[in-house]
Amino acid sequence: MADPARFISTRRRVREDRRFVTGTGRFVADIRLPDALHAAVVTSPHPAARIVSIDTRAALASEGVEEVLVGTGLPDLVDPIPNALDTPGIRCYPLAGDTVRYVGEWVAVVVARTRALAEDAAELVDIRYRALPFVVDAEAALDPSSPPVHPAHGSNLLYRRLFSWGPVEADFGAAPHHLGFELAWGRSATVPIETFGVVARWDAGRDLLDIWASIQMPSFAEQVASCLRLDLNQVRVHYDVDVGGSYGVKRGLKHTVVAGLLARRTGRPVRLIEDRLENMAGGDMHGPERRFRVAVAFDDDGMIRSLKLRALEDVGAQSGRAPLQLGKPVSAIVGAYRIGSVAYEAICVSTNKTGQTAVRGFGMAPTNLALETALDRVARHLGKSRFAVRRTNMIRAYQFPYRIPSGSAYDSGDYHAVLAKACGLAGLDRLLARRTAARAEGRVVGIGIATCLEPSGGNSSFEALLNPKNTTTTWPESCVIKVDRTGLVTASIATSTSGQGHETLTATVIGEELGIDPDRIRVLHADTLSAMPGNTPVASRMAIMLGGAATGAAGRIRDRALAIGAHLLGHAPGEVRWSDGAAVAPDGRRLSLGEIALVAHREYHRLPPGVTEPGLQATHVYQVPTGGTLPDADGRGQMYPCYSFAAHLVYAEIDRLTGTVSLADYVIAHDCGTVINPEIVRGMVIGGAAHGIGAALYEEFAYDGQGQFLSGTLADYVMPTAHEVPDIRVVEHCTPSPLTSHGQKGVGEGGYLGAPAAVASAVNDALAPFGIACLELPMRAGTLSDLLATATEQP
Amino acid sequence: MPVPVTISVNGRAVSDTVEPRVTLVDFLRDRLGLTGTHVGCEQGVCGACSVLLDGVPVRSCLLFAVQAGNRSVTTVEGLDDAILLDAFEETHAMQCGYCTPGMLIAARGLLSDTPDPSEDDIREAISGTLCRCTGYVQIVEAIALAATRLRQDERHG
Repeated sequence: MADPARFISTRRRVREDRRFVTGTGRFVADIRLPDALHAAVVTSPHPAARIVSIDTRAALASEGVEEVLVGTGLPDLVDPIPNALDTPGIRCYPLAGDTVRYVGEWVAVVVARTRALAEDAAELVDIRYRALPFVVDAEAALDPSSPPVHPAHGSNLLYRRLFSWGPVEADFGAAPHHLGFELAWGRSATVPIETFGVVARWDAGRDLLDIWASIQMPSFAEQVASCLRLDLNQVRVHYDVDVGGSYGVKRGLKHTVVAGLLARRTGRPVRLIEDRLENMAGGDMHGPERRFRVAVAFDDDGMIRSLKLRALEDVGAQSGRAPLQLGKPVSAIVGAYRIGSVAYEAICVSTNKTGQTAVRGFGMAPTNLALETALDRVARHLGKSRFAVRRTNMIRAYQFPYRIPSGSAYDSGDYHAVLAKACGLAGLDRLLARRTAARAEGRVVGIGIATCLEPSGGNSSFEALLNPKNTTTTWPESCVIKVDRTGLVTASIATSTSGQGHETLTATVIGEELGIDPDRIRVLHADTLSAMPGNTPVASRMAIMLGGAATGAAGRIRDRALAIGAHLLGHAPGEVRWSDGAAVAPDGRRLSLGEIALVAHREYHRLPPGVTEPGLQATHVYQVPTGGTLPDADGRGQMYPCYSFAAHLVYAEIDRLTGTVSLADYVIAHDCGTVINPEIVRGMVIGGAAHGIGAALYEEFAYDGQGQFLSGTLADYVMPTAHEVPDIRVVEHCTPSPLTSHGQKGVGEGGYLGAPAAVASAVNDALAPFGIACLELPMRAGTLSDLLATATEQP
Repeated sequence: MPVPVTISVNGRAVSDTVEPRVTLVDFLRDRLGLTGTHVGCEQGVCGACSVLLDGVPVRSCLLFAVQAGNRSVTTVEGLDDAILLDAFEETHAMQCGYCTPGMLIAARGLLSDTPDPSEDDIREAISGTLCRCTGYVQIVEAIALAATRLRQDERHG
């Protein structure tokens, strides 16, 4: 009965692009409110120190200054930033109280008539410190005698649990081969070009705090209200703000609490738009910094029987939500492979470094690097092809749904077909020949291969996994659709967008359901008070969740329109079908959505018996497929409904003298089920890979031994330019998910999950003939140059 | 001490008095309300603030407004370049849109000098503009597509 898909999977323009090419996007810094005050931040120069005194008199007397906020007394005004873990001794406020815990931590905030005047005054805030012992190394922080970042917590150990799924020791005992290694993922993040910003306005006449923010964060309004001790319906977060990139990190809770507090105290709107240094040093938007110990037990053919994985995460001085990034990897702990048992030790420590937050993949990218490195090393140990060992280990297409030892079932996939497509597109035989020829010329070249699972559409069950006091088992998404009396459709969604094209997604699936032109559908971003439940575009969830919500709401519209249309056409509901935006009678007579909508809005007397609600509107709140249960006592549970898959293949050459890595022939084969918009999907895949290339080779928030932060600018924190990212080619495969509205799965993170492992694989393949390896990201040119210079073996 | 300045912005003469320390990007955004030009690093690295100064791409965060006195500034709002904009839409050469104005300015600068650019030319021209969303591939495609269409348009024009 349904028409074949006309809009889904077809190459259609992305509607959001028009405003961006014409310079009419509306980012948070573009929002101008009359009489607004501008904030500038005074930050700590010490990794740990007691604040002896703060003198704000000169700053307050400076031109244009309205107020200077310090941390003393702040606990009387606001509640601390919530911890995701059960760590009540850790109480982090937006501004340091009597102690600073990292370089860049906010100590005072000045608000003035202009940003320049606020900066002038910020320099006049006189703070005296007495330095305290500090710790910046994760292994050192694990030592109980290390100086605790949060003394009230007692130590720097925030979380430690050994999960064991299956007969690990028995499997290790039975397997003929073992190997182990250590690996480090450096502190990096996604670092959007737009820093975080927030504009807050306290509306005394309405008793309402209005927030415009560059935000991508679940439960943001809830946490702002809670910290500010406001009722939740006293806070309105506006979602119609274009977010200039996020990829997980735009979570400026402390910024918003400060701006909200100052807006209320001053009675004037307050803008807090980070400058680059404020963002890099004190924005609390660093990403995972993780050390692994990996051991695998395997057979003669390379089949891995068991995996032991220890992950030590350094979340810095703020706890927040970041430690949960040790939880998401549990959802795909064996990757694409049929590993039968797993021991996973997750450890999280605090150090005197900038706070960490969620980054694209929520902790999956480092863990996938560890797993893929293990596959490479197994192959090398046995003298086998890395491709063959992957094919041996990969789950077979007929085995889906496939339940992994940690409890999640993968919904669908055909990993062998995807890997074959990657090899085919890259021309693997040709690349291997090229590598041989280049090595014969003395060049340092290698081929990298990595696969990755992309768990998508989650229900946030890692919250409950790492903190039993958290009982969240649903993470819904919503869509509201109204058809006006002229038959035109307006949809409302419960999120802001940071480049994912949610308006295009929503319009496409509604157009598909209703058989109408998506370009004539308007899509609005609501605000937190008018929106139905939503959880923002994290965890590769929106194609599944917003796609499902919009499809559900549109289906309800179609069903109602069909019921009214059938009655108006003189038929029983089952006798009329829906086609091309109209109810069609068996004799071919049609009533368009507009004609039906006019009756629904204006002519109650013509509505069928039983239809008592005028108008034509619908809401759908979509539950996560497979969601709704808590993990069991061993930490097993279904964490994500859908699992996308990708294989990355890349050719790398290392300059023997300088250690510079150049990449070529980068191909990605991926399977995210049904593609809704091909250009959006391609962009997400390639863009994610570019982030991964950065993490593998260039990007690091570096600290010296004195706890000083060394990467405060974009000249120090090096991100890939158009020279470093090669022409990445993409080929798709489609195994539809059986669980979603159109077979779609998530795709926002996979590029970032596969690329670091693929690049590392290529670099280590290039180093292998020298008998050396690099097991530390980023693989800096200097490190590689030193390794090559001191290598004792020569190919 | 504010000083007078006159700048031609998007073809319109603008006269104002500004503090000498006000950057061109702040002048464009805060005084003129031309918020299409974005701020990313205020240090000349990211390129989000690029504008054309007498037709040449420059970082408006590294110039003071007074340095643009009696010169011509073109921002994204003033790019009269439908073919280029359309090509960016066609290949979806953006995601969040934050770097897009800088990319368009860099592309305009390139195509004015090099109407038939190679891929290397394009990558070189945009290598001073950071994009965190796309990995650049669709941007390179957009500029190549625009170049082809502009040349066709020239021939038929």
